[in-house]
This record gives sequence, structure tokens and C-alpha cells, in this order.
Amino acid sequence: MKITELFERGEFVVSAEVGPPKGFHVEHLLEEAKTYLSDITAVNVTDNQSSVMRLGSLAMCKALKDEGLTPIYQLTCRDRNRIALQSDLLSAAMFGIENLLLLTGDHTKLGDHPQAKPVFDLDSVSLIHAVTRLESGVDLGGNELVGEPPKFAKGAVVSPCSDSVDAQLAKMERKVRAGADYFQTQAVFEPEKFIKFMEKAKEFGKPVQVGIIIPKSAGMAKFMNNNVAGIHVPDEMIEELAKDKERTKAGITGVEIAARIIKECRPYCQGVHIMALGWESKVPELLKQAGI
Amino acid sequence: MLITELKSRETIESLADGQKVFIINCLGCKEVHFPEKEAVSLQKELAAKGEVTGILTTDYICNPENLELRLSKHKKALEEADVILVFSCGVGVQTVAGYLEEKKVYAACDTYPLPGFQGVTPLEYQCDQCGECYLNLTGGICPITACSKSLVNGPCGGTKNGRCEVDSDMECGWERIYRRLEQLGRLDVLKSPVQVHNFATDDEVS
Repeated sequence: MKITELFERGEFVVSAEVGPPKGFHVEHLLEEAKTYLSDITAVNVTDNQSSVMRLGSLAMCKALKDEGLTPIYQLTCRDRNRIALQSDLLSAAMFGIENLLLLTGDHTKLGDHPQAKPVFDLDSVSLIHAVTRLESGVDLGGNELVGEPPKFAKGAVVSPCSDSVDAQLAKMERKVRAGADYFQTQAVFEPEKFIKFMEKAKEFGKPVQVGIIIPKSAGMAKFMNNNVAGIHVPDEMIEELAKDKERTKAGITGVEIAARIIKECRPYCQGVHIMALGWESKVPELLKQAGI
Repeated sequence: MLITELKSRETIESLADGQKVFIINCLGCKEVHFPEKEAVSLQKELAAKGEVTGILTTDYICNPENLELRLSKHKKALEEADVILVFSCGVGVQTVAGYLEEKKVYAACDTYPLPGFQGVTPLEYQCDQCGECYLNLTGGICPITACSKSLVNGPCGGTKNGRCEVDSDMECGWERIYRRLEQLGRLDVLKSPVQVHNFATDDEVS
């Protein structure tokens, strides 16, 4: 099922993210996904997230699909040139994977193989363009595909709390023009910034899922503030996390904060995308508290 | 060695289109092959249409002091011009764009590499000789060298306090590009069609 069909029906679309392991034993991950994420719309599978080498996104998507979940195949331009990217997209179509999230990808220098050659033959915009071309039955080289062309729900990302939000909006517009069908955002901790961003972004007429990270500790929040682009956790939230360490450690405070953010953003967007970062077990409680 | 090759006639004419143009030719360092004859004949055509306020032909415009000195003799013609059309390698165009910040500075050439010695470039590394000059779409700041990922369609999400997340000593190239385009009133170029970088152009030439 394409998640765009749900947006069209006016449903508030919930997705969550899983990261494949560094190894090929996926039983634990599948079990967790089935237990905690089977009630939500779709599950994103990250593509060597943060440039850390792991099991492949496509294989994990197939495994999730076989378990009855709806995967969103994340695809980045860091590790593959346009031949490999288009080839993997056809492979995804063969597996019946219909939802994509198309990204440029983090730089290799930020990951666990900083010696690797960064590819970036395409970027997020030209990758979306390549998928649009494939859907029309022609590849980027101008050659015709054999048989019926694939059809995908083409997702893209945008960073609404970035300090250069106008440049982000300009790029978002380019992604829309290249064929993006929906957007997921970088994690939002400042709903007022997100709401302001949406006032402009809604002009593009594409559904947006607000990105949510459940904050695990004051330390994690400070780390993100110092190191993660496009994320700023306000001081009062950090204080809230620091106040009762036991409550925070148990995830109670983080879930409360995340639920609050979702509630504030919900009237302005079409869905939520949860990056649980290992706290998949907290997703059902988070959605309950957020009233979804 | 490197080759500066004229962009297509249509491209160059569209850059000049109906505006007053000041032309800068850089005959370059001896390692650069510059298409002098073709450039001069094209410029004569432009001048015949009465759109050219002045022409400066020199060498080493990539040297900022040299550039400043040469341009100081063309103050009036520069002031009158809406557009500065630069016939040089990518480094030269960027030096002019950096110096004449308030002017629309356009590249009339693409720069390709050739084996052998490179030109004498007294500036930091700025041109990758990629053969598909983007400077006209990016306010005269090269996205290939100013962006860690050489992105040609806009910034990634990796800007933190205006810095590149790959190298905190480096300003985000796309933030610089965005600011410059804003300053020039040319944010509309960000709406130009999707750019798919052609990595084959250098092979086709050499």
C-alpha cells in the first residue's frame, strides 16, 4: 500500500523508523517491529544511517513486508551511483515495496568508515527526478524500461528548524518540482518554529509528517544541540529532562515531551514520523498520550 | 593544463539578453587554453547590438590585487553595466564575483582539465574543472568546491550555525550561495530545472 493513498483519504499518517543491525540476524528487530509498530501505518528502514555500515535497507524492507508490515525504503546517494540507485529501485519494485524516502545521505566522514569514498553522483533532488523518470518508463540515461514501469510513493525530507529555513524551503520546492509526493521532517523540538515553517510549506500542497525523537536524557538533548544539524532542544526541555533522572531514564518524561510536541504540531501537518532510536517499545504509549 | 571552452551561443546570449554588459577576458596563465578568436568574434556581435559598456582583456584575474587594479580603470563602464560577463576559468569568474559583490557576474565558459601542469592559481582551490560550470546558477560561488558533497540542487540538512557538519571550519557553501542570490535579487534561479551532474564531459573533451 502506498502511504500517499492514506494522505489522500485525509488520514493522519504515522510512521516510525527502524535501523537494521550491524550483522545479519534480524529476528529481534522483526519481533520488536511486530510487537510495537504493527498498528502504525508504515515503518521506515534507514540506509546505513549516519554513514555507519549495517545490513541493507532493501533486504530489511523485504523482511518487514513478509511479516505484514508496510516498509518505507530509505535510499541515499552516498554509497551508490545512478546505475546502482536505479537498479535498486527496480529491485524494490520487484519486491512490491511501494514507499520510498529519498535522501542525499550523511557524508562518509561522519560515520564508521571515514576512509570511504563519498559517491554523491546524484543528490536528493536528482534522485527524486530519477524515480519520476523511471515511473515514466525511461531511465536517467534516456533508455526505455522493459514492461510496465514501477510506481512509488516518493518521500523526501526537509529540516524545518534549520537556521537557514529559507534555503530549506527553496530546496523543498525543488523536490516538489522533481516529483516528491510527501515529506518527513528532521526532528522537531520547537513546535512554534515548525508551525511557522508550515505556514510557508503548505503552499506546495504536499503532505508533511512532523519528525519526532523521544528525548532519552538531558545529556542526549545537549549532544544533539551541539552535534546534530537542524535540531535544537530548548533549555526548559533540557531542565525538564534533568529534574527527575529516574523518571527520565524510564522514558516517562521523554514520552510526555514528545506527545506534547505531536499535539501542538498536529493541526498544522498531515502525519507524524517517529525516530525512536532504540525506544520502539515506547511508541504505543507515545501515540496513546498524543491522542492518536 | 586546462581548457576554457565557450558556453553555447544561446546560453551566452541569454545571459546578456537585453541588459548592459561589461566583458572581462582573461587570457590566463600559459597553462590555459583560451578560445580567444571565438570569444572576440562573439563579443563583437554583442557590441554591435549596443549592449556592451566596456571590455577588459587581461591575464591573471584570479589575482585579486591585479583584478582590482585593472578594474579601477573601468569604473564608469562597470557602473553602467547590469551584468558582468567573464570569459575565464572557474577561478577567475569566482574572483570577479567575489570582488563585484553587488553585480550579476556570469561565466561565459566551462572549464575542463587537461593532463600536465595546472594554471598558476594564487587563490585557494576553487574550481574543480568539472566541465559543467554552475556559477551562473549559484551567484558566482562554486557548489562543487564550496559544498562538501558538491551538491548542485541546494543545501543538505547538515548546516549547523552556518557551518558544514563535515568540517566546522568551513562555512556552508549553499548558505553563501543563498545569501548571494538574495543580495542579487536572483533567488528565482533556485527554481531552475533539476540539475543532474554530467561526469562524462571531461572525457568527451580530452
